[in-house]
Amino acid sequence: MALKKNLALALAFGLAATAVQAQDLRIGLQDDADVLDPDQARTFVGRIVFESLCDKLVDITPDLEIIPQLATGWEFSEDGLTLTMTLRDDVVFHDGTPFNAEAAVYNLDRSRNLPESRRASEVSSISGVEVVDATTIRITLAAPDATLLAQLSDRAGMMISPAAAETMGLDFGLTPVCSGPYSFVERIQQDRIVLERFEGHWDAANYHFDTVTFLPIPDTTVRLANLRAGDLDMLERLAATDLTSASADASLETAQATSLGYQAMTINVGNGERSGGPLGQDARVRQALSLSIDRSVIAQVVFEGAVAPGNQPWPPTSPWYNADFPIQERDVEAARALLAEAGYPDGVDITVQVANNPVQQQVMQVIQAMAGEAGIRISLEAKEFATLLSDQTAGAYEASQVGWSGRVDPDGNLHQFVTTDGGINDAGYSNAEVDAFLNGARVSNDIDARRAAYNGASAILMEDLPLVYLYHPVWIWAMETGIDGFVPYPDGMIRLAGLTLTE
Amino acid sequence: MLAFLGRRLLIAIPTIILISIFVFTLQKLLPGDPVLVLAGEERDPAVLEYLREQYRLNDPIIVQYFTWIGNALTGDLGISLRTQEPVLALIGQKLPVTIQLAVMALIIAIAIGVPAGVLSAYKKGTWIDWVANVVALSGLSVPNFWLGIMLILLISVKLGWLPASGYRPFADDPLDSIRVMLMPAFVLGTGLAATLMRHTRSAMLSVLKSDYIRTARAKGLAEHVVLIKHALRNALVPIVTVTTLLFGELLAGAVLTEQIFNIPGFGKLVVDAVFNRDYAVVQGIVLCTGIAFIFMNILADAAYRVLNPRMRDE
Repeated sequence: MALKKNLALALAFGLAATAVQAQDLRIGLQDDADVLDPDQARTFVGRIVFESLCDKLVDITPDLEIIPQLATGWEFSEDGLTLTMTLRDDVVFHDGTPFNAEAAVYNLDRSRNLPESRRASEVSSISGVEVVDATTIRITLAAPDATLLAQLSDRAGMMISPAAAETMGLDFGLTPVCSGPYSFVERIQQDRIVLERFEGHWDAANYHFDTVTFLPIPDTTVRLANLRAGDLDMLERLAATDLTSASADASLETAQATSLGYQAMTINVGNGERSGGPLGQDARVRQALSLSIDRSVIAQVVFEGAVAPGNQPWPPTSPWYNADFPIQERDVEAARALLAEAGYPDGVDITVQVANNPVQQQVMQVIQAMAGEAGIRISLEAKEFATLLSDQTAGAYEASQVGWSGRVDPDGNLHQFVTTDGGINDAGYSNAEVDAFLNGARVSNDIDARRAAYNGASAILMEDLPLVYLYHPVWIWAMETGIDGFVPYPDGMIRLAGLTLTE
Repeated sequence: MLAFLGRRLLIAIPTIILISIFVFTLQKLLPGDPVLVLAGEERDPAVLEYLREQYRLNDPIIVQYFTWIGNALTGDLGISLRTQEPVLALIGQKLPVTIQLAVMALIIAIAIGVPAGVLSAYKKGTWIDWVANVVALSGLSVPNFWLGIMLILLISVKLGWLPASGYRPFADDPLDSIRVMLMPAFVLGTGLAATLMRHTRSAMLSVLKSDYIRTARAKGLAEHVVLIKHALRNALVPIVTVTTLLFGELLAGAVLTEQIFNIPGFGKLVVDAVFNRDYAVVQGIVLCTGIAFIFMNILADAAYRVLNPRMRDE
């Protein structure tokens, strides 16, 4: 009897604890988001905010499968030129405007046609969108596009209120109106973005916080100190070097996921005069450079093991990884032999530009030491990021240590960097066979055919090495104990569905 | 006094124009393309070109300057390339934050620096002087970011007395607002206190040697009257100069302190703007702080006249 009573009491307390649980979830972000308009936005942290603010047509699973969100189902036509999507019928935007086929068409057209749209290139395969009925749209494509659904699982697929978009115009991002689980309350630049629970959301029961506050705190040490002091409930991008101490702290929990992105050295092989050196002209020198690097040493020395060594645009755990080309063991003798064969028995001197932040500089210093032993003498040029970027675009570099945040579809990690007309082909690489493989992989919806195409391309790229891949960052989240239901995703986003906090 | 102020204001105009030209051209000399930064990871050439046109970055620099200064005269400082908020609104949002931080830091600095300086000058050569000097020197040499992080770890993480960072508008809750800003103001203030202490000390030393102090003492005045009324009052002129200059500097943003304590003030705004090549924001802020600096200088000159009657006739 007493036991029963105690149980009942405990239950009551438990319920009370859940009922009065933290109303506000405070999340520490590494940067301040830019404009909060999905069509104009470009920062990573902006996407984290959108994840709670705006629904998308489709979403992804942690294993990168495409699943329904606002779209309940979809079907490609036989020739791959038409995509028919059915939509939920119980969705309203934060301003009360109903979400329907018309709204979806408005949004896709805005992503395609708004002059300021940063999404235009992501949905460039779309040639037309039309309403079939209130909950069905038909997307017509100029050519089959295997990447489209993945694009619609991100900002290009986010739905904003057409009424608000019409009234606000380009200022939409100052007071965004979407249909996500949380609606916009206020933003103070560089201080906070506050969202509140949207009762009218179709899945409202699954979201447990009354408000969510995003606080940009760029310094990783300070961000962690805020979490420890209880001023934050969770943070993204814990520094790898803080992982050990955070894991040892009983009041904190951590979660990890290998990211979709990579860090690499882009080699200037054909982008202006600076490509004329031995590194740019002779693939053997690039192979020697790659062979001289022990990637697991970088992971251990700089990141205490909290990154995944890599040699391809996607991590070894990815279904797209070409298993015929595993990460090579470091081989200084083989590297020297390759240099000698290329006509440089005394070694070569190269200059590598790197962003002036301590972590990337350490990465390059470790590489500098390792490559030096193989006769590749690296001088480092640390540049502030904006300068680094414009020098890289202009071809004013020999090699550049940069990374890519990664995309759900493999196309996004490779096509634009190495195809002849690729938008970010700063290496100046051009190979007709690679172009054919990668363009082919883009228009096929057959997984096996796509995989064969990527394998074909990587076989060539591993020889030519316009990019020397180094490692794949690992997203690390830290949160106070008591947060339950957090699911790490390889895209680095924070999805609040099902997340609870018991103090 | 009015004529003096009028004269100073007139002189300020060409200075401000010079500042505006300087900021504008220096900024354009920075390497790095704002549009590339703006475009983010996806660098679609069509969008880049569109943005260049939209933000008039293709115009000759002279035209760009006159467009900007012309708009500035009508109170339009342009919009932030990064978030599309109007620069004037941003400044209006950040200025109260920075002013509050600056005032609080200055109060702490004066409360520590001036008495310490007076005391160490008065007790020159004794252990008090020695201790004050050591404390002042450490205040100057301990880097703000280090002290800041140590304080966060001790006061917020270990003891839980004050929040680790953030900002609460003064109008929302004055007491809480002061509480939140106490640590950053202390970090900034101790650094400035050292400077103030050194200046107060040397000003007091030279005054204490003068004849009228000897006369005052000979008249049999109490020592504290001699020290405060006769000596300190005369030593105040250089101290006021330093204080106003320090205040001007604080207005330009205590970059590191704001970064560590995550205070959304001028410093953070301008650093982010420079890294993002957010020209309009950088220009707007530098122009504003330039004007604030000039204004502070005029205020200092006016203060001399209040403090020192002999300067009033000049």
